[in-house]
Amino acid sequence: MTFTIPIDNGDSVKTAEADSQRTLYPYVTGTSIVAIKYKDGVLMASDMGGSYGSTLRYKNIERMKAIGKHSLLGASGEISDFQEILRYLDELVLNDNMWDDGNSLGPKEVHNYLTRVMYNRRNKFNPLWNTLVLGGVKNGESYLGMVSMIGVSFEDNHVATGFGNHLARPILRDEWHADLSFEDGVKLLEKCMRVLLYRDRSAINKLQIAKITEEGVTVSQPYSLKTFWEFKAFNNPTAGAEGSW
Amino acid sequence: MTKQHANWSPYDNNGGTCVAIAGSDYCVIAADTRMSTGYSILSRDYSKIHNCKADKAVLSSSGFQADVKALQKVLKSRHLVYQHQHNKQMSCPAMAQLLSNTLYFKRFFPYYAFNVLGGLDEEGKGCVFTYDAVGSYEKVGYSAQGSGSTLIMPFLDNQLKSPSPLLLPAQDAITPLSEPEAVDLVKTVFASATERDIYTGDKLEIMILKADGIRTEVMELRKTLSECWQHTLSIVLIRISTLGSLCYLELCLKFSCVVNRFSFSYL
Repeated sequence: MTFTIPIDNGDSVKTAEADSQRTLYPYVTGTSIVAIKYKDGVLMASDMGGSYGSTLRYKNIERMKAIGKHSLLGASGEISDFQEILRYLDELVLNDNMWDDGNSLGPKEVHNYLTRVMYNRRNKFNPLWNTLVLGGVKNGESYLGMVSMIGVSFEDNHVATGFGNHLARPILRDEWHADLSFEDGVKLLEKCMRVLLYRDRSAINKLQIAKITEEGVTVSQPYSLKTFWEFKAFNNPTAGAEGSW
Repeated sequence: MTKQHANWSPYDNNGGTCVAIAGSDYCVIAADTRMSTGYSILSRDYSKIHNCKADKAVLSSSGFQADVKALQKVLKSRHLVYQHQHNKQMSCPAMAQLLSNTLYFKRFFPYYAFNVLGGLDEEGKGCVFTYDAVGSYEKVGYSAQGSGSTLIMPFLDNQLKSPSPLLLPAQDAITPLSEPEAVDLVKTVFASATERDIYTGDKLEIMILKADGIRTEVMELRKTLSECWQHTLSIVLIRISTLGSLCYLELCLKFSCVVNRFSFSYL
C-alpha cells in the first residue's frame, strides 16, 4: 500500500529539504534476531552480518548490546538507525544513573521507552527502520519483548524478527518450554539459527549468543555453526526431472 | 521534483475481534488474544482489553495495536486528570464521550482502532458503546468489532432480537438474558468466528462487569480439526460407558456437535 507523505508547508524549498531528511528505505541492514526466556533469564542470538542490499558488506557487526544493568537490546533492520537508538538509550541510562537513587531502569521500562520512540517517529513519518528485541531480568523476573518500526509491541516467552518470525518461531512454539537450562536454550537457539542460515540469504555463518541474567550481560565470542550440505537430494537435484528446477 | 511515495505504511492491521453484551445488571466484554501481521502470528497471548478503572468501564479494541496502546494511554492519563479535577471517577457514559472526542481529535491521521466500550451506567444497568475509527459512536445493547465482526454481528442480531431504534417510546436494547447465558453466547460466537476468520483464535479473554466487581475468564479456542473430533469421540465414549443406552448414543452424537461449539473448559 503506497502512502503519500502528507506534508504541505506552502514553502516549496522547505518541503524539498524536509523530504530529503526522511527515511525512505533502509541501506545497511541486519537480518533476524531470535530470543527466548530460559531458567535464569533471557538468551538472544544474532549473526554478525550487515548487508548493503544484496551485497554482504559488513561481517563484524554486533547487533546485540547491553543497556544499563538489566537489559539486552537486539536489533534487525537499518544499522545506522540502531546506532541512533543506542545513542538515545545512552542518554536515558545516563540520566537514570545521575539520579543516583539506588533505582535503575528495568527491561519493562526500556521496552516502553523504545515503543514510544518508535511510535513517535512513525507519527512524524520518519521511522527508525528497525525491529527491536528487548530482553532482561530484574528482581528475578525475566522479560522479553519486541517493537516493530511502526510501534507495534508485545512481550512473549520467545520472539524473533524478520525471517526468524517465519522460520524460527514455529520451532520455538513446538520446542520451547518453561525453565529451559542454559545448555538446552543454546541448543534450541542454534537449531533456529541453523535453519535461518540454510534458508535466509542475508544470514551469515558467524553468530553470537548473548545471555542476560540477574548477574548481568555476557555476549559470547563469535562462532560458526556446523552445517551439512551432503543431503542426497541436493547432490544431483535435477536427477528426477531433467530441465525443471 | 515529483512528490516521493513512501514505500512503507504507517498502519498495519493486527487483527482480532472484540465483542460486548449489555445486561440488566452486568456487562460482558470479550476479545480473542491473537495478534497477527499479514499472514504471520506475532503473539498468541496478547490482551486487547483495557480496564479504564473508571467506575467499571472496560475498553476492548482491535485494529492497529500501536495506535490502540497509544489510545489506551491517552484515556488513562485523561481519566487521571479528571479524577484530580472532579474528585470522583468517570462514569461509563462520560468515558464514552471522551473516547469519541479523542478519536475525532486525530480525524486527519486517525487511530486505526475499532473500539467497543462496555460498562455499567449510573443506574447500574449494563451499557455498550460501539465506535468507528474516527469517533462516531452509539449506545447499543451489544456489539462486535474487528476482523470477525462480520461473522458475529448477524448472529448476535438474531439471538438478541434487538428492538428497532425507530420505535417510540425508545426501548432499551439491553438483553434480558442472564449473565451465564450471555457468557455462554459469547463463547459460542467466538468459537464460530475462530472457524472461519484466520485472524481470530488462540484464546478468548472474557471480562464480566457487575456492581460488586470484575471477573475474568479465559477460554482456549479451537486449534485443529483433529482436536474437534477427539472431543466428540470422548463425549460419546463416556456416555456409552456410563449409561450403555443406544438412544442416548444417538442423542449424544447430535449433542456433541453443538456442545463442541460451547466452552471446552468443562469437557
